[in-house]
Order: sequence, then structure tokens, then C-alpha cells
Amino acid sequence: MLHRRNIITLLAGTMLVGVSAAPAMAQERVSAVTTFSILGDLVSQVGGERVDVTTLVGPDGDGHVYSPSPADARRLTEADIVFKNGLLFEGWIDRLIDSSGTQAPVIAVAENIDAIPDAGHGHSHDDHGHDDHGHDHDDHGHDHDDLGHGHDDNGHGHDDHGHGHDDNGHGHDDHGHDHDDHGNDDHGHSHDDNDHGHDHDDHGHDDNGHGHDDHGHGHDDHGHAHGDDDHVHGDYDPHAWQDVGNVKVYVANIRDALIAHDPDGEELYRANAEAYIAELAALDADIHAAVAELPEGALVVTSHDAFRYFTHAYGLEFDAPVGTSTEVEATARDVARLIDTIRANDIRAVFAESLTDARLIEQIAREAGVPVAGTLYSDALSPPDGPAGTYIDMMRHNISLISEGLGS
Amino acid sequence: MFDALIGPFIQFDFMRRALFGALVLALGAGPIGVFLMLRRMSLTGDAMAHAILPGAAIGFLIAGLSLPAMTLGGLIAGIVVATLTGLVTRYTVLKEDASLAAFYLLSLALGVTIVSLRGSNVDLMHVLFGSVLALDDAALILIAGIASITLLVLAATYRGLVMECVDPIYLRSVARIGTPLHLVFLGLVVLNLVGGFQALGTLLAVGLMMLPAATARFWSADVTMMVVIAVTAGMLSGIGGLLLSYHHGLPAGPAIILVAGLFYLVSLFLGRESGLIWSLLPRRHLEA
Repeated sequence: MLHRRNIITLLAGTMLVGVSAAPAMAQERVSAVTTFSILGDLVSQVGGERVDVTTLVGPDGDGHVYSPSPADARRLTEADIVFKNGLLFEGWIDRLIDSSGTQAPVIAVAENIDAIPDAGHGHSHDDHGHDDHGHDHDDHGHDHDDLGHGHDDNGHGHDDHGHGHDDNGHGHDDHGHDHDDHGNDDHGHSHDDNDHGHDHDDHGHDDNGHGHDDHGHGHDDHGHAHGDDDHVHGDYDPHAWQDVGNVKVYVANIRDALIAHDPDGEELYRANAEAYIAELAALDADIHAAVAELPEGALVVTSHDAFRYFTHAYGLEFDAPVGTSTEVEATARDVARLIDTIRANDIRAVFAESLTDARLIEQIAREAGVPVAGTLYSDALSPPDGPAGTYIDMMRHNISLISEGLGS
Repeated sequence: MFDALIGPFIQFDFMRRALFGALVLALGAGPIGVFLMLRRMSLTGDAMAHAILPGAAIGFLIAGLSLPAMTLGGLIAGIVVATLTGLVTRYTVLKEDASLAAFYLLSLALGVTIVSLRGSNVDLMHVLFGSVLALDDAALILIAGIASITLLVLAATYRGLVMECVDPIYLRSVARIGTPLHLVFLGLVVLNLVGGFQALGTLLAVGLMMLPAATARFWSADVTMMVVIAVTAGMLSGIGGLLLSYHHGLPAGPAIILVAGLFYLVSLFLGRESGLIWSLLPRRHLEA
């Protein structure tokens, strides 16, 4: 009866569902489907008025454990392009994509971030830094660096003009000579993509092309992905958007995918992405500043551990009675440990989370003698009139709540 | 030793609340489980648990995250299913298991449909289920109230219930209370399941009802003794499970049920009444 997290498919390959459908007609708005509210906001920011965004799991909905409806399958079928987070955040989407028979390219926006392994706490440092080259191809390494600086991402891919083998799947190289005869050119590319796909499977990473593969290859990879399912299951923490730096990568991926699908809108997408990435850079700086002002040893105690990317990026420690999944049941030992930690470290407040039952954190707060300082938003936005209607509002809401609750 | 057994409960308020919740739940669920078992309705608890969920979900959709609304919704759905099941069983050819299956599945499908139509996607199962580690005052009052009602009603109907277990046809021939009695009893089952969800967090709530009852059957053939043993086994499971969860980091709800399951397995082998070990040692059994 309980919903189980439907983890089926390794990311690799599933996003290789081909772009064999004809490119959208000029002037027509692109219909994009996104899996959850945060991603929906990001795609709207980049797409602007050229893109209609439909979000399957709306505000205050839990993307982990969603049960899709036939209407969702229909939305996918009618979509021009599909965005998902990836890293097995929305395990149900791959089955839904399969069963809907959609021809739209499926973009995993978290595909080329530095994913944090999901095994236990404090192991993230191994993977820290920009050591992409270990398991990432050059193109993405550049991508990441560019984004780190926030501005010159326009350069991305242009050097590669005509040299498809370097820039697999990102699509800029295609620009100008290719969007009339997608089929032939893609075929060459798809071979590339496939190789990369296999490389990256080994690392549980996926850096496959943005839907430039033809359908046949996409299918191959898909089968492969199923085979790998078991040992990749849950390897990475999917809540990557808690690090604003990762969201810059998301935005660049969204931009590139939209351009590949709708080359006529390139100018708009680039302008929107650049403006939004500048906003993200400001947000990033503000969060760093706010964290720096917190007292030494500040600890955010909250319902479930969805903030490891935040810790990784900003150095603020989080603790929770249960792990990254909302499915896990708390143990008495962890609850006791948390209460002791709060008492011992003179923590002044704990925080509820929007999608999680607050009763346990209330119990902890009551016993430790501290208030519940408010509700953090981690995995979904609030409705538009709420405190976290957009991604940027969400991050600002969280950090200001934390500053108020724990500040001196 | 003392520290390991008592220390956690002295040190932490949430452990005391969890203990109180588990003990009180065992008090109500134990006798209910025994009567379910004697009526050959051991799986009724599980089916009824599914029947309750949609009602609680509807309560959530109407009133939001409110314990009274969800409890009331669950109660109504459970009692409707129980009543219809009981009536159909008594007045048609359909047996209890078949009519219960029909109605609980209907209820379940209806609930899922309503939830989907509202388009809400908060994982209701998480909301509906509490955790034994997160029992606040409202939940404790709910559980204690349910246990009190259960014991009072059982005390008032005890003779009839025992008689009906032994010989329902005889009871029907000497009194006209068979059907109402049956419905009252099913109502108690529903009440205890709702309480169990709060305390145990999952469908495992049924475990604290049935496992101690099945355990008790291996130690006595007498209904009253079975009730006493079931309550004791349930309470010991609560204590043992919480201590396991505290000392060894196991999730609390499942740990309680695992301990109850351990009691069952031990009784299965060693129980005085037809424990497996006695059939392996036939001579000694005969001498005794």
C-alpha cells in the first residue's frame, strides 16, 4: 500500500530518446514538460515567452513518490521537450516516458554536475572540487568552468563549429548548417553519444547528448540502463539544486536543450539564461554572506536530510533524524542523538520542512527546549503566493529563516 | 543492565511517550486480536486497514493536516465498510471474507480516485501515519481514549463475544444480539487500527494486533488467559522494540513488530499448546 520509490532506470541512456520528431514550427511556442516545480521555474526563466511550461508535480508536491496519471502521460506525448532532474530523483518518470511513447527529447538537467554520493554523511569531500576530467569529457569540464564564472557561457560550443565529435550532443556545433537535415547529421553524432554513454555508465554519471541521438540508439542505451539499474540505484544525492552553482549548470543545460530544439529562439534563450545566471550569482553571493554571519558551529536541524549540496557549497552543517529519502523511518537512537546534539551545542532553533510530516521535528524541538523556527522548502516550491514561489525566492526564504533562527 | 533497560526512558521524554503509546496500544489491540483470531478473521485487520486509509485521505483533503479530521474520516470509512460487510455476511450467501474483500477494495479504489481528482500529491501515506517516536499529546490522548473505549466495550460484551466465538449458532438461537454484537466488535477493530497508525507509523499496526494473539494461542486454550498473554506479549514487544531501536539504531515501528514476531516464533516451537517441539518429542508429551 505504501508508495515505494519507483527507481527503475539508470539515467544513462534514457535521455537518449531521440529527437526524431520534427523540430517545432517557427513561431510556435515550444511546449516543455518538467517533472517538478523547481525545474518548472528554471525552464520558465530561460524559455520566457517562447516556451509553455507544464509541470507534472506542482507546488508543494513530493517529486520522490509521485503517482503519475494518464493525463500526465498525455502531456508527455504532446510535449516538444521534456526536462527532468535526473540522478534518480524522480524514479517514476522513465516508466512514464516509456509508456507515453513520447518522441520528445528528455533532458536530465543534473547530468553533468558534481554529484554527491548518497552513502552516509560526510563523504562528499572525495568528490568535491572541479575534478570533472576524471569522469567527464572535456566539453563538460569547460561548461562547468565557464559557469563558475557566470558570464562567458556564450562561448560554449562555438569553437566546436563543425567538429561534432568534441561537443557531443550539446548542439551548438549543429547550429547553422544542420537544422534542416537533422536526421543525417544526428546519425553521425549518435555514435559519439553512444560511446560516451557507455563510458559514463561506469561512473554512474550520465553525460549523454541532449537528445541528438536517433531513436534506435536511444533504445539500445535504454536496455543497457535497465541492466545497470541495481547497483546504481541511489548512488547520488539528487537534491543538487540546493547549491546555486549547480543550478547555473541546470540553466545552461536548459538553454542548450532549448536552442537545440528551437534554434530560432537562440537569442532569447541566451539572453534570458545570461540574465538569470547573473541573478543566481547574486543569490550565491548573498547565501555565502549570510552563512558567514552565522555563529561558529551553527547547525540546522531539520526533518530530512535534503541539504547536503547546501553544506557542500556553503559550509553550513545540517542534521536530521532521517536521511535523504522521505521514505525512511526514524530510529530512537538518531532522535536521541539529535536531542543531545541540540542541547550540547546550544542550538537555538530547529526547522520544519514543507513536504515532511512536522510531528517528529516538533517532538525533538519540545524535548530539546527550542522553538521550531519555520518551514524550509527543499524539494518543491510553495504555491506562487507562498514564501517560496520561485527557486530564487525559495533559496532566499530558507537562508533568511536560518539566519533569523540561528543568528545572534 | 539497569541503565540499558531503564536509562533511555528516564533520560528522554520522547522515549517515555513512545513507551506509553506502545503499552496502551497493546492493551487495546491484544484482546481485539484474540477475538479476531478465534473468529478466524485474522486477516480482517489487514483488509480493514486498507479500508480506513481512503477515509483518512478524504479527511486530509477536506480539512488539511488535522489529526481529528483524518481520524474521523478513517473511522467513518472503516465503520461503513465493517457495517456493510457484517450485514451482507449475515443476510446473504456471501461469506465474511468475500464481502469484506469486496467492500474494502471498493473503498480503496474510491479513496485513490478522490485523492487523484483533487490532484494533490503530498504523499498521504506519510501524513496519515504517525511515528511512535513523534507522539504528541493529541496522539497520546487519542490512543489512550481508544484503549479505554475498547476495554469498556469489551467488558460489557465479553460473555457474548466469547459465546459467539465458541458457538455462534447457539448464541443466535438464544439471543438476538449476534448481529449488533458483531458490528460493535468490527467497530472496535477499526478504532484500534486508527490508533495503531498513529503509534506505529505503518500498516505494521496490524502486527501488534495479530502477532501477540497468535503467540497467546500457543500457551493457552482459555480465552481469558489468551487475552492476558496477548496483552503481556504486546507490551513486552513495545518495550523490547523501543530498546532495540534506541540501542541498535533500528527503525522504531518495525523493531516493535519484529520483537512481537520473535515471541511468536519462539512460542511456535516451545508453546505448551501444540508447540512444534512437543510433536518432535511425542513420548514426553504423552507422559505429561
